[in-house]
Amino acid sequence: MQNNPQLNANGELQHLLSIEGLPRQILVQILDTAVPFAGLTEREVKKVPLLRGKSVFNLFFEASTRTRTTFEIAAKRLSADVINLNVAVSSQSKGESLLDTVANLSAMQADIFVVRHGSSGAPYLIARQVKPHEHVINAGDGRHAHPTQGLLDLYTIRHYKKDFTGLTVAIVGDVLHSRVARSLIHGLTTLGVPEVRVIGPQTLLPAGVESLGVRVFHDMRTGLKDCDVVVMLRLQHERMNGALLPSAQEFFKHYGLTADKLALAKPDAIVMHPGPMNRGVEIDSSVADGPHSVILPQVTFGIAVRMAVMSIVAGN
Amino acid sequence: MKLLIKGGRVVDPASGRDQLSDIFISDGRVVEAFREKPETTIDATGLVVAPGLIDLSARLREPGYEYKATLESEMDAAVAGGVTSLACPPDTDPPLDEPGLVDMLRRRAKVLARARVYPIGALTVKLAGERLTEMAELAEAGCVAFSQANAPLPDTQVLWRALQYAATFGFPVWLRTEDRWLAHCGVAHDGEVATRLGLPGIPAFAETIALGTVLQLVRTTGSRVHVCRLSTAIAVEMIRAAKKEGLPVSCDVGIHHVHLSEMDLGYFDAHCRLEPPLRSQRDREALAAGLADGTIDCAVSDHTPVDEDQKQMPFAEAEPGATGLELLLPLVLKWGAERKLPLVKTLARITSDAARILGVSSGRLEAGAPADLVLFDPEQSWRLTPEMLRSQGKNTPFLGYEMAGRVRTTIVAGNVVYQQA
Repeated sequence: MQNNPQLNANGELQHLLSIEGLPRQILVQILDTAVPFAGLTEREVKKVPLLRGKSVFNLFFEASTRTRTTFEIAAKRLSADVINLNVAVSSQSKGESLLDTVANLSAMQADIFVVRHGSSGAPYLIARQVKPHEHVINAGDGRHAHPTQGLLDLYTIRHYKKDFTGLTVAIVGDVLHSRVARSLIHGLTTLGVPEVRVIGPQTLLPAGVESLGVRVFHDMRTGLKDCDVVVMLRLQHERMNGALLPSAQEFFKHYGLTADKLALAKPDAIVMHPGPMNRGVEIDSSVADGPHSVILPQVTFGIAVRMAVMSIVAGN
Repeated sequence: MKLLIKGGRVVDPASGRDQLSDIFISDGRVVEAFREKPETTIDATGLVVAPGLIDLSARLREPGYEYKATLESEMDAAVAGGVTSLACPPDTDPPLDEPGLVDMLRRRAKVLARARVYPIGALTVKLAGERLTEMAELAEAGCVAFSQANAPLPDTQVLWRALQYAATFGFPVWLRTEDRWLAHCGVAHDGEVATRLGLPGIPAFAETIALGTVLQLVRTTGSRVHVCRLSTAIAVEMIRAAKKEGLPVSCDVGIHHVHLSEMDLGYFDAHCRLEPPLRSQRDREALAAGLADGTIDCAVSDHTPVDEDQKQMPFAEAEPGATGLELLLPLVLKWGAERKLPLVKTLARITSDAARILGVSSGRLEAGAPADLVLFDPEQSWRLTPEMLRSQGKNTPFLGYEMAGRVRTTIVAGNVVYQQA
């Protein structure tokens, strides 16, 4: 078996490919580093010169607006040069292989590749190929991982709850197809959250999900009881009617977050969502815009966390 | 032409013989002895002298996929691996569904004069699973059995009729059992590792549900079925019960599945993308045990040369398969050593048992048998690097591993076709 490709010979973060396999102290280092960056966004001059002269290539093989934009903002606030490549509509359609695309961009002197790809594991392939001074950050690969989203979720939870060690966290919905859920589960268990729950119908939970260290609930009301944090997952449109689910309406009835279901959680529970939300499918508007929702702060924290990750890998 | 192989440890699984002795070969056959002076004498001191290996599944990639491998490169690989007979599945391009194609393949192989090639004919036209091929014609052209290779045959009406038709003529049918709908889009065993890696899964019951269908059809048609590439513990159990019941079934396992499990996917190692997928440790253990107790009749290389570009891809997009002809012997020896089996029993799974399934008279060393032999050093260890492989396919999860057992000489029909440099 290969060594953990994310860490360099000194055990420092070389690439960020997955939260799984990262030691606790690296997760804490990233969250701690993000704190001053979060403060920076309040200031009038929002830039620091940490990545001046470096090039960040946003390499998106799959469409994305939000994640790409927040990476771009994060890189610019660190004073890096940002190049956005929408590979989905250029080289791939011309038949160029993934590794040829990367080799070409590498010849243009990249320092950091931010990669999104529809296939699980694609960033690992790229990380094996790049030069020693180049870093790969996974911005979402297939169903596998979305580590910066997981980290911003952790940051948000720590911001509101201070400590991980007494929490009950519920993740609700389409866990089967969710890279967000996988990354968050690994992060929560690494940081010592004693109870992580997943809630959903059997058709949307992957085989042997318990092996990730979670408790499985099929009934949402039972699963939400006494939770400190409720994380709702996005349900893709193409999965709403078919063999996995009969309809969005029935899903909402059983697994949509409404005010009365949320009342079963702790009174100070926070509600999170990685976006983009389907109002009326996985979450009711009154909850999404209600006092428990921290969905918009998540986006703001996301920029700080991505700044932290980029500055740490570039420094190693 | 008279050949004497002197002083080797003769291991003949068919007769159970394992002793130091000489082997006499005359006119392409093993003989008791001869009085004349041999034209050639091979000193086999310190080597095992065994029947040439018989591999029930090796893709030669001709016709159609010559950029992945050619008949020449793969026949070289076969004899370098001690394989003297091999069955090739029909999933070429075009598939082996017409007598002309089969005839051409056999003739090309004959000209190369290395291993013996036994084509498996397509069970359905273009392997599309709709219309039966002209099996009798194909058999006349040299097909020894009929198969869908890895192509699905979802229509059970067609499957039923195909088995009935084959049974009419007594043709064996070789089937890999996998429910097409349950396996749809899957690339890895539906378990812990696929869940962690976010890879679409193929549940174990995709294999066993289809196997249940096949066994039921064997029961009603009486067709002789060889089940290819078992991958799950429950399938091993089902075959054990079917044999006990007296059904005319046999089966094999890919040698990779005897040694590797889903854990070996590591960080998305595309060399571990195989069909069927590598399954759980428990399944792997049941396969290794089933091969030892004879529930599984044979081990095969399931040799599939894939060019490196098709493996340098994200796991799910990579082309499945592993090179295997040159690894079959060391990997079977490794399995035998792990199970503490006598060499004569270990080698049976790739010689006499395989000959029985294939219905050929080779795979044994008694007088009168075709002189197909392998001489190997069971102790010699070697490190697997791409340059060591003669096959055009360098795709193997075992790159960098130490292997024990090195082929020195391979003989087909009394002719030396490979000699280690």
